[in-house]
Amino acid sequence: MPKQFEILYREELVPKTVLFNVYAPLAARAMQAGQFIILRVTDKGERIPISISGWDSEKGTVRIILMAAGRTSTEATMLQVGDCFQDIVGPLGKRSHVEKLAGTVVVIGGGYGTGAILPTARDMKELGNKVIGIIGARSSNLLLLEDEMADICDEVFITTNDGSKGIQGFVTHALEKIVNREEVSYVLAVGPVPMMKAVSEMTRPLKIQTWVSLNAIMVDGTGMCGACRCTVGNKTRFACIHGPDFNGHEVDFAELVARQKMFLKEEKIAMDALKIEEVA
Amino acid sequence: MNTLKPKERMQIQRTEMPEQKPAERIHNFNEVPLGFDPEMAVLEATRCLDCKKPECIVGCPVGIDIPAFLNKIVDHDFAGAAAKIRETNFLPAICGRVCPQDQQCELVCIVGRKNKPVSIGYLERFVSDYERDNGIRTTPETAPPTGHSMAVVGSGPAGLTAAYELRKRGHEVTVFEAFHRGGGVLVYGIPRFRLPLEVIDEDIRTLEEMGVKFQYDAIVGKSMTLDELMGSEFGFSSVFLGTGAGLPKMLGIKGENLNGIYSANEYLTRIYMMGALHFPEYITPIHQGHKIGVIGAGNTAMDVARTAKRMGAEVTVYYRRSREEAPARKEELRHATEEFINFKFLTNPVEFIGDENYTLKAIKCEVMTLAEPDESGRRKPIGTGEFFTEEVDTVVFSLGCNVNPIIAEATPELKTDKWGVVSADRSTLETSKKGVFAGGDIITGGAKVITAMGQAKIAAQAMHDYVMSLETAEV
Ligand SMILES: Cc1cc2nc3c(=O)[nH]c(=O)nc-3n(C[C@H](O)[C@H](O)[C@H](O)COP(=O)(O)OP(=O)(O)OC[C@H]3O[C@@H](n4cnc5c(N)ncnc54)[C@H](O)[C@@H]3O)c2cc1C
Ligand SMILES: Cc1cc2nc3c(=O)[nH]c(=O)nc-3n(C[C@H](O)[C@H](O)[C@H](O)COP(=O)(O)OP(=O)(O)OC[C@H]3O[C@@H](n4cnc5c(N)ncnc54)[C@H](O)[C@@H]3O)c2cc1C
Ligand code: SF4
Ligand code: SF4
Ligand code: FES
Repeated sequence: MPKQFEILYREELVPKTVLFNVYAPLAARAMQAGQFIILRVTDKGERIPISISGWDSEKGTVRIILMAAGRTSTEATMLQVGDCFQDIVGPLGKRSHVEKLAGTVVVIGGGYGTGAILPTARDMKELGNKVIGIIGARSSNLLLLEDEMADICDEVFITTNDGSKGIQGFVTHALEKIVNREEVSYVLAVGPVPMMKAVSEMTRPLKIQTWVSLNAIMVDGTGMCGACRCTVGNKTRFACIHGPDFNGHEVDFAELVARQKMFLKEEKIAMDALKIEEVA
Repeated sequence: MNTLKPKERMQIQRTEMPEQKPAERIHNFNEVPLGFDPEMAVLEATRCLDCKKPECIVGCPVGIDIPAFLNKIVDHDFAGAAAKIRETNFLPAICGRVCPQDQQCELVCIVGRKNKPVSIGYLERFVSDYERDNGIRTTPETAPPTGHSMAVVGSGPAGLTAAYELRKRGHEVTVFEAFHRGGGVLVYGIPRFRLPLEVIDEDIRTLEEMGVKFQYDAIVGKSMTLDELMGSEFGFSSVFLGTGAGLPKMLGIKGENLNGIYSANEYLTRIYMMGALHFPEYITPIHQGHKIGVIGAGNTAMDVARTAKRMGAEVTVYYRRSREEAPARKEELRHATEEFINFKFLTNPVEFIGDENYTLKAIKCEVMTLAEPDESGRRKPIGTGEFFTEEVDTVVFSLGCNVNPIIAEATPELKTDKWGVVSADRSTLETSKKGVFAGGDIITGGAKVITAMGQAKIAAQAMHDYVMSLETAEV
């Protein structure tokens, strides 16, 4: 039997972005699409939330995709097969909203968000929806999980900012093509805030049901601290227990972006400390 | 044997607890009261009149046999005193430190009518510290196995007490805790200068030695449902819910989500449980400026204010009533005042003002006045229409908690009131779900460590009776 939180599989998908399969049976046993876990790498470490891109309740494993952003995610991506995470707790958050709809379902992923939308795309497909995927990246060498998206979705659009693959531009360019072509009933966008915001702004006048997964800063992930609070529909909501998915048309994105920067100064200190450790 | 006559005992003055000086202690996180030495403890215990009808026992929510343990201190039998307390209270080192004794056992102590009451809390703390410091603590006995296993959800004072009481009766016990370590509010809320970590960890270690299993990183209601815990997969005969309150109440005023504004839970959790006071050795950050406002005047607010002071800030407490109504323990208010914390009573924050980067810059308050006492006897604060604005760069609000919704959402049969407080039968503390019992802040919405423990004891006895009455143990 694997050890608690042992890494069973590791693959660097694109530079600085690593996929792990981890033994975490309590998190895996009841996982649902759209939920996340919180992990720690060391026993002096920070708790960071990470989306789930797949799981196996039988084997007790969860699949996560980590992008090295700062101290903790960088330390995490350095772990190898056989190493263990210090902690993994989940499933956290609510299941993504799914239903059978008349029009097309569009799922949009940017960066690690591509992993996060896969389980919802699969659920939507199983309910009998037509599902179109859009994956965006700066350049073709940064695209994630193209094959898996293609397996699940009826059609997949690729967008790259530099035009090295698919449509040149942003995910909204692909979305525009789709909404001009057919009736779209549902959009889920997970990725960087500017992307989620642009998608929501585009679908608002079209009155398309739009969900975004808010990557607010978290501590406990259980509603106890309020670190993750966001303004949605002019109300304070906790991303960890009321979300992470919210109606994109009601989210105060400017506030979210500002709150993500709350610890910028300290994050740099923590990252520099890691670099010093590495040199030593 | 206490050889002094009652009159002579009454003449002994209460032993002053030595404390760190304010100017010194605001630069460290060590405990403020330094503790009694054996002579001080014996002298203080000698003051007890060994009443025929000890009021103090009635004043203690768990009914510790106080004169009995004080007598053992007089006889220099400190281990015996600790054992006496532990017959009724598994966490004396904790209660001795955080119980509001002035409202409980010491409030009704007979000596207090003419003189200052016996320092019951400090003596309770003394004997348990003595045991720990001298390594003479023994693992409590457990009854022969009953064949039943019990799940305890949450590892705060309620959960730890339930685990102890159930294990003592011979049941297998597993504690499920959402966090990566045990202790609940004792660890993530109450500051180290009031309750050192070793004290809590020693109690958890004792439970482990008794055979209690701890399953951290497990969120009941998410990782598994209550039905699953009691089903064939996990096989527990009964479940105790001690998940606390843990959903901070928001202010509901403009600007409450600006950067620089924390709930007390977030502020204290970052600093204590996650170790931000040792940043960057511990990686979780806290970002605080130089001028901190604390909103509220309960124990939690005092803990925040005194913590912020130790983190190097200038601290002001804003409270909409006056000092007399402040709900904090008197000792906390005194300590905070000694530690150069400013108080602005009769001020009610109405708005937070930020800059274009969503960063807190100032707080706007209304000056309040108190109306005549209402039916509850409390004087209600009312606005005067006069406002003022002050610069602050950090605000921590402490308005209490609602009950966390996770378990109730996952368990439709579990009855709660509109604030999420779980309903439980008065005498057994069984919830509306069969075999599931509850105690602590989850059924009160927020009370005290000793209340949580007292309820856990009642629930544990009821759980024992419940499983022993089941026809066959489903092992
Ligand atoms: C629901 C949710 C799902 C997420 N899923 C993934 C995922 O699948 N893969 C992935 O790589 N990342 C994911 N993230 C983002 C990830 O949590 C952050 O990248 C990570 O916390 C950064 O920590 P750090 O120490 O490496 O970087 P830091 O240098 O500390 O921070 C970099 C940025 O990350 C954000 N951040 C910092 N600390 C936290 C924290 N405790 N909680 C949340 N955000 C924080 C801040 O905005 C910060 O500016 C998710 C976030 C949320 C809320
Ligand atoms: C800052 C502060 C200072 C205080 N000071 C004092 C004081 O001086 N004296 C005093 O008597 N009282 C004080 N109190 C109140 C006292 O701490 C509480 O009344 C007491 O801790 C309640 O105990 P509990 O066991 O019910 O809950 P908690 O201590 O809240 O413990 C609940 C535990 O359950 C866990 N949990 C929650 N949900 C789940 C789940 N779904 N699955 C698994 N685990 C879960 C939590 O992580 C937590 O560890 C203070 C409170 C605070 C916040
Ligand atoms: S547990 Fe609390 S109330 Fe009871 S004797 Fe000890 S200090 Fe007093
Ligand atoms: S009431 Fe006071 S004097 Fe009487 S037994 Fe209790 S502690 Fe001793
Ligand atoms: S992370 Fe603490 S309440 Fe959401």
